[in-house]
Amino acid sequence: MFKKILVPVDLAHIEAIQRALSTSADLARHYEAEVCYMAVTTSTPGTVARTPEEYEQKLEAFASGQEAVHGQKTSSRCINSPDPTADLDGLILKSIEAVGADLVVMATHLPRHLDAVMPSHGDRIASHTDVSVFLVRPA
Amino acid sequence: MSDENLDEQKSTGVPAPEGPSGLIDTDYVIGQDNIAGNRFGLEVDLHGKVFTFSGLIILAFVIITLALQNEVGPLFESTRVWLTQNLDWFFLGGANIFVLVALGLIFTPLANVRLGGANAKPDFSYAGWFAMLFAAGMGIGLMYFGVSEPLSHFGSSMGGTSMEGGARTDWAPLGAAAGDQDAAISLGMAATIFHWGLHPWGIYAVVALSLALFSFNKGLPLTMRSVFYPILGERVWGWPGHVIDVIAVFATLFGLATSLGLGAQQATVGLGYLFGIPSGDTTMVLLIIGITIIALGSVTLGVDKGVQRLSQLNMGLAGLLLLFVIVAGPTLLIATGFFEYLLSYAKNVIPLSNPIGREDTNFSQGWTSFYWAWWISWSPFVGMFIARVSRGRTVREFLIAVLLIPTLISVLWMTALGGTAIDQVVNKGLESVSGASGDVQLFEMLSNLPLGMITSTLAIFLVIVFFVTSSDSGSLVIDAITAGGKVDSPKPQRMFWAIIEGAIAIALLLGGGLSALQAMALSAGFPLTLVLLVACYSIIKGLMSEPRAA
Repeated sequence: MFKKILVPVDLAHIEAIQRALSTSADLARHYEAEVCYMAVTTSTPGTVARTPEEYEQKLEAFASGQEAVHGQKTSSRCINSPDPTADLDGLILKSIEAVGADLVVMATHLPRHLDAVMPSHGDRIASHTDVSVFLVRPA
Repeated sequence: MSDENLDEQKSTGVPAPEGPSGLIDTDYVIGQDNIAGNRFGLEVDLHGKVFTFSGLIILAFVIITLALQNEVGPLFESTRVWLTQNLDWFFLGGANIFVLVALGLIFTPLANVRLGGANAKPDFSYAGWFAMLFAAGMGIGLMYFGVSEPLSHFGSSMGGTSMEGGARTDWAPLGAAAGDQDAAISLGMAATIFHWGLHPWGIYAVVALSLALFSFNKGLPLTMRSVFYPILGERVWGWPGHVIDVIAVFATLFGLATSLGLGAQQATVGLGYLFGIPSGDTTMVLLIIGITIIALGSVTLGVDKGVQRLSQLNMGLAGLLLLFVIVAGPTLLIATGFFEYLLSYAKNVIPLSNPIGREDTNFSQGWTSFYWAWWISWSPFVGMFIARVSRGRTVREFLIAVLLIPTLISVLWMTALGGTAIDQVVNKGLESVSGASGDVQLFEMLSNLPLGMITSTLAIFLVIVFFVTSSDSGSLVIDAITAGGKVDSPKPQRMFWAIIEGAIAIALLLGGGLSALQAMALSAGFPLTLVLLVACYSIIKGLMSEPRAA
């Protein structure tokens, strides 16, 4: 049913998205779908990498690592932004189209009152795309 | 950094930025001293020490200023006066060095280095980039001083010099031009352009270039302390670095909050003058709240969709106002004046910037030294913001855009607005402009031209939006410094700083002490001048260790 799964990841917080990663791996195996791991990195040096190129390299390595986990084809997509905090949602939405994904699997937090004024990234993606979105909440 | 280190970088598998560049080899991981996680239901990611100490110092200063106004007000003010009067040579001399370094670099091969590595692509278009750096740099000041400063220097130059007890008591620049109208206009315009030309932009260029270089090419966090790496080495990650960052936060936050408060006072005077809106506390508080809410929207939308769009809107509107004044005002006078005043600036810039043995002490200490302390205290904010949006530009491109083009625009702006006002006073006999208070001189000048009501409304709108662009970019800068140089910290943090700026402005507006705290922010110009001198050394050293482009 699904051919290409887009999984937005943050290499600085891999532990926080572990459930989303396992879910996407299970779905990839089940549907024999390709998984594209995407990340948005800053132009300025950050925790994971000191240059956008270093981040890209780490993301590629991460994607190959995941391929070993679920055995399906993987790819990676690293986008460089001067202000990821603000641009993340828009860049994920663009990536859905660019890579031709038909399912997005992403981690999100539990619902909270603040979402009314500051919706979560998952919230924004789900309400702004035509493809299916699977939001994985913490256990 | 040496080539040896560069090889080492390659061998450890850390790819250089796009194309060759000289990454600094450090074990420091950006964000390693941060407190991250969930606090009070909000995501946070903050540099523990910088955030805590900045917060405590800011809180202490606000409380002390509000509680002991009569005691600390004069103390803060006299600190500022002492610094700008006794250390005028330091500010003037320092600013000259910054201009010479920035200007000189353009003509050296070092300017071929590209920020972010030899193959880096710019994050923003020329138009967006330039609008942002100009709006953050001096937008708001141009609105207020565009008319009042040329008039003021023209008047004092006409008045000639006066002596008392061996010291000059007049406020005229250099030797004045007693009674000689043309010479007084020329000198007055040169003095104004001097304060808004190469020197302020040289100050910004030094801070911005050093930060951009050490962040994009050397791989250090985007925060003031990184500039000290060539001198302090790994010690910048400890207390010396914390202190530098806290000073930068202090100057930025109080600079922004106090000018927001004082600006609201001036804007309400304008609103009262134009529409008869009562200029009481309520109007001012509502204005600050309004500006803060728009700034909150802008920081939430981010650099690209928020700050960039607002800056472009502002530049478009400011361009429209400028064009209108040129067309509706004395067009020919402005056209010839542009070259005449530019020439006068070139002729007078050396005596005007001379740091020692000045006779026109009221001018050089009361105007120039004050301005330099002001620009320098704003430089961490403006410089850091310019740095953040300048990746992908070559050093030469950067310096031309940050130093030369803004200077030319300042010359045109001052010639058009100031020249029109002076023309109204001397040629048309309209005394209303020179007789008005500084707050409303711009509106008086516009009211003497056709469509006065429309252009004045546009002007007041511009003033307000320029405040928003300062407030939003300032919040982004303070957030990045207090997050240890991380620019991808959670959204509530940047919103927090935008709200704090507005809150401090309102508290001081109602409780008193805006000018006192502004004097304190200006005083931070002194330690920051030292920081900038180090930055000059670091820029040259840093650029020399960059791999040369073929």
